[in-house]
Amino acid sequence: MGKKIISAKILAILLFAMSGVVSNSSARVEIDITQGIAEPLPIAVPTYLSSSPEAEALRQNLTRVVMSDLERSGLFAPIDQRAYVQNLETINERPRFADWRLINAQVLIAGEIIPLNDGRIQVNTRLWDVYGSQQLSSIAFKTPADNWRRAAHKISDFVYQSLTGEDGYFDTRVVYIAESGPKANRTKRLMIMDQDGANPVPLTDGLDYDVLTPRFSPTQQQITYLALFDDRPAQVYLFNIATGEQEEIGNFRGMTFAPRFTPDGQRVLMSVERGGNSDIAIMDLRTRQQRLLTTNPAIDTSPSMSPNGRFVTFSSDRGGSEQIYTMNADGTKQKRITFGNGRYGTPVWSPRGDLIAFTRQYKGKFYIGVIRSDGTGERLLTEAYLDEGPTWSPNGRVIMFFREDRPGGPVSLWSVDLTGQNLRRVPTPGEASDPAWSPLLP
Amino acid sequence: MQAKKILLNVGLAVCLTAMAACASKPPIVEADKPIATRPMASTPSGPIPGSLEDLKSNAGHRVYFDLDQYTLTTQAQSVLRRQAAWLKEYPETRIRLAGNCDERGTREYNLALGARRANAAKAFLAAQGVDPARITTISYGKERPIDPRSNDTAWSKNRNATTLLVTTSAGS
Repeated sequence: MGKKIISAKILAILLFAMSGVVSNSSARVEIDITQGIAEPLPIAVPTYLSSSPEAEALRQNLTRVVMSDLERSGLFAPIDQRAYVQNLETINERPRFADWRLINAQVLIAGEIIPLNDGRIQVNTRLWDVYGSQQLSSIAFKTPADNWRRAAHKISDFVYQSLTGEDGYFDTRVVYIAESGPKANRTKRLMIMDQDGANPVPLTDGLDYDVLTPRFSPTQQQITYLALFDDRPAQVYLFNIATGEQEEIGNFRGMTFAPRFTPDGQRVLMSVERGGNSDIAIMDLRTRQQRLLTTNPAIDTSPSMSPNGRFVTFSSDRGGSEQIYTMNADGTKQKRITFGNGRYGTPVWSPRGDLIAFTRQYKGKFYIGVIRSDGTGERLLTEAYLDEGPTWSPNGRVIMFFREDRPGGPVSLWSVDLTGQNLRRVPTPGEASDPAWSPLLP
Repeated sequence: MQAKKILLNVGLAVCLTAMAACASKPPIVEADKPIATRPMASTPSGPIPGSLEDLKSNAGHRVYFDLDQYTLTTQAQSVLRRQAAWLKEYPETRIRLAGNCDERGTREYNLALGARRANAAKAFLAAQGVDPARITTISYGKERPIDPRSNDTAWSKNRNATTLLVTTSAGS
């Protein structure tokens, strides 16, 4: 009975999150944030227990990160700890559910940290269904103590997965471009951080060339990006995160740009420019053989492959203005899928396979939107002076992008749910653009 | 129509400003005629012959484009005709043509559009008899605005193909 209450509530959240996918089949110029606000699930997260005094800061910090992850997702409402009635002393006994019902907690996360002799910690977590008076699930893992942030993200992913039935996206990283200096003379360098903005680290110094449009490999700790030089055409690079090695892929007379890994991580789609004309090409990273997928006199760019590897979406101005197209992975059956007013660019296929996210320009504004791959169900999620460059969370539920909210204003990273709800600024130390989300870390 | 008119005016204003800035005695340039003789070359106070400053004051080193376009306006064509004449006078000079875009587009599309603009200018110069082997092209997309502001005036300046010298000592 109680279990059913939880399930129904969680189901409601999930259905809401999915509602954008199943409804709104007509293409309109409308921002899809006027739907009713879903009630986030009230959840209690007492500070993780530890019998060891050395773990005091650790248990505070880890709990704070879990609460923050859950809150930022928009699906959960962590309850202020000061309201808690029961003071948990162990996670191995049934909590006093009545005490948690008093504060309307639907779910209780009870956890502990046990320092081990080898410098690692063991983190145990139980998820309790407060109204069903039973344990929903539990997880235990060991990790080096200084890895506590990732431990916290793993816990958040566990909670998300247990309560929504879908993979989380908290134990992930984001590469992006740090922008500094005046607009006419900007330095753009590659950065990496945790998805919540923690641990920002520069990967390139921005001295030899500017870095633009980085993209994560879906299978390895590898990035592909565009290196923009002053004195020769921009080229696509590979960057190994572990070794710091940078490598130009391909040796082209013209420019190569708009790189993106294929879902198997073995190939890179990109635009190649020759004599001013840009087409879509695919390169095998092992053989370095490159093949053109389009040979159209118009601009073809921003390719992205469907997760099943069968299709590629890209933008082209062959119809007069920039619009989104799809084709088979071998370049056949090229087909336009957007017909709205304005211009459509940067199509990115969702990891779930159902939707394509894009940047739309219309009447002096920029929008981030999604559309089904057959061209139906367009929905605009955001609107600003400049919104550009969507990237999907690995579970296909959240889109990150960059925004200049007013003319000449600073650029910053933002995230929004697939529903158009839960628009959030993603914290970065300075101005930031071109985010790219990693897969879930192993 | 309206936009085009403004654009031409802006282009003209920029040329005048550039001349005022780099030559103490700005020469009078006949807009639609190739320069056959070089009055500046022997003037001690003028730019060094064959230098970028010389190109700027005698031909103009930048041509401008309409919104989302890469076709050359008549204004752009006349500047490029003068550039071609100048380049024939300095046959050892190699140039880099950089295509630029305003900020009202995505990075990736603008990189492609910048390449279009640079190549349109290159093709025009080649058609005027300049050896295309002397010309390399590059696109900066929307990444190198010359006017950092966010308004129509700035955008019309930032949609350009800019000629820079590659090998001369006075080059870029």
